[in-house]
Amino acid sequence: MRLSQAMGRRLIAGVPTLWLLLLFLIPFLIVFRISFSEVRLAIPPYTPLLSWHHGAPRLEVHWSAYSFLFTDPMYVSSYLYSLKVAALSTLCCLLIGYPMAYAIARAGAATRPLLLMLIVLPFWTSFLLRVYAWIGLLKSNGVINNVLLSLGVIHHPLALLQTDFAVYIGIVYSYLPFMILPLYANLEKHDPALLEAAADLGARPWRAFLAITLPQSLPGIAAGSLLVFIPAVGEYVIPTLLGRPDQLMIGRVLSDEFFENRDWPVASAVAIVILLLLVVPILLFQRVERRQLEAAP
Amino acid sequence: MKPRGLFSRIALTLGLVFLYVPIVSMIVFSFNNSRLVTVWDGAHSPTLKWYGVLVHNEQILTAAWLSIRIALTAASAAVVLGTLAGVALARFGAYRGRLLLAGMVTAPIVMPEVITGLSLLLLFVALGQLIGWPKGVGAVTIALAHITFCMAYVTVVVQSRLAGFDESLEEAAMDLGARPLKVFFRITLPLILPAIASGWLLAFTLSWDDLVITQFVAGPGSSTLPMVVFSKVRFGVTPDVNALATILVLLVATGIAVSTLWMHYQQRRRERDLQLAAAANL
Repeated sequence: MRLSQAMGRRLIAGVPTLWLLLLFLIPFLIVFRISFSEVRLAIPPYTPLLSWHHGAPRLEVHWSAYSFLFTDPMYVSSYLYSLKVAALSTLCCLLIGYPMAYAIARAGAATRPLLLMLIVLPFWTSFLLRVYAWIGLLKSNGVINNVLLSLGVIHHPLALLQTDFAVYIGIVYSYLPFMILPLYANLEKHDPALLEAAADLGARPWRAFLAITLPQSLPGIAAGSLLVFIPAVGEYVIPTLLGRPDQLMIGRVLSDEFFENRDWPVASAVAIVILLLLVVPILLFQRVERRQLEAAP
Repeated sequence: MKPRGLFSRIALTLGLVFLYVPIVSMIVFSFNNSRLVTVWDGAHSPTLKWYGVLVHNEQILTAAWLSIRIALTAASAAVVLGTLAGVALARFGAYRGRLLLAGMVTAPIVMPEVITGLSLLLLFVALGQLIGWPKGVGAVTIALAHITFCMAYVTVVVQSRLAGFDESLEEAAMDLGARPLKVFFRITLPLILPAIASGWLLAFTLSWDDLVITQFVAGPGSSTLPMVVFSKVRFGVTPDVNALATILVLLVATGIAVSTLWMHYQQRRRERDLQLAAAANL
């Protein structure tokens, strides 16, 4: 009986662990391994890592994919551009999302579920279609230009689509709920008595906010920012549909290397360098997430 | 209400406008007669002609049917795997291998999709060479990829639900001699059923919606709905996509409104029962 219970536990924990080992961890090792190959015209289109020479195995490690990344300025500029876009979009999401989450957390018990539903609803509808909607709004004969023209604010249509501005709008728009929800989960737990005490002691509302609410909400800020920043660095759909054709984000570069150039080693090296850039944020996110899950009421 | 809440309430209102303007404009222009999509043709609009075009688009219908089948498969498998992982993480204490599972299970949530997609495709290619399976990429490899990233979300939902309950109920049942399997099906499962249901819906939506990972692991003849839509809209706005978006948004909005009202009703009924019980005790 005891024995079968231990077996059952091993089975319950073992099945998902095995699944993720096979379909999550091992794939990364394969990417890592292929990033040290050279491209060749064969199936598969890269050189083997081990080759046989006079009966002895020889390890063939090629650094060419990586040296290629650092010699062609296109790659470096794509990495820097992606980091900049992700960082600034995260900041915008925070500046827009924080007051929104604050207002929901302070709203009456009756309206709060309705407001949360309004925040979550876009998330349940297709991400691709919501990005697509911005094409109709931003293009030169699109809704925004038509409205501004008819109001007489502008006399020639503005070039809004295929700009950095459009990419920021697209990312902030798509990722805003990911910022608001963890912030709300944090702000909702705050004790209003602390703010009342601060007010009784003569603190102005802004002072009380900076001294009490803001420091207490740091875990929510961290969770929301990481949920926006990490996926935004590798974003593919938004810059492809809304962004500039002359400045690619790194997710698009990876996809083009793989599908257009058929260069698997370089595509793998691009992926490995993205992972190296994101390993600290990802570990931070897991820590924040773990604390949240373990501190759940 | 004191005026100091004013700033955040204005921000909330403007933020909600920002979230809904694109969706509303898509819905409005789906009834526009003009092919130019964003130029309103007042003389012949509103019209349902793009809905007619949509329901006769064989390519979109085939892709939608494939997406539904994949999402049903992926959500159901992800719920099983995610529930197992959630139970292991929330209930088994600090067992050996916990860190490995905990580390792997949250990573797919934030991992840039191009990386997950590339690595999964390379795995399928390597497996194909090594053991001759899968023979090529298609619906099966798409489903396997979707199960993998969907189970992460189910795990988080189930784990946080379990963390909200202490183990005393399960322990009491064990003390009374119930076998672990019985405890699971009679106590744990009913407790986490709402989490499993919302995990399934979340997984279904994510699978139904995924484009980037799918593009990597899809083959010729296995285009899902997001793939067809993406290849259409890459070259500009098309009015029948507006019609498709409107149908999907209305379906989701109805679903969410109904489930919110239902939960609200359930809670009200529970509260009323409690009051009745309290009154009966007086």
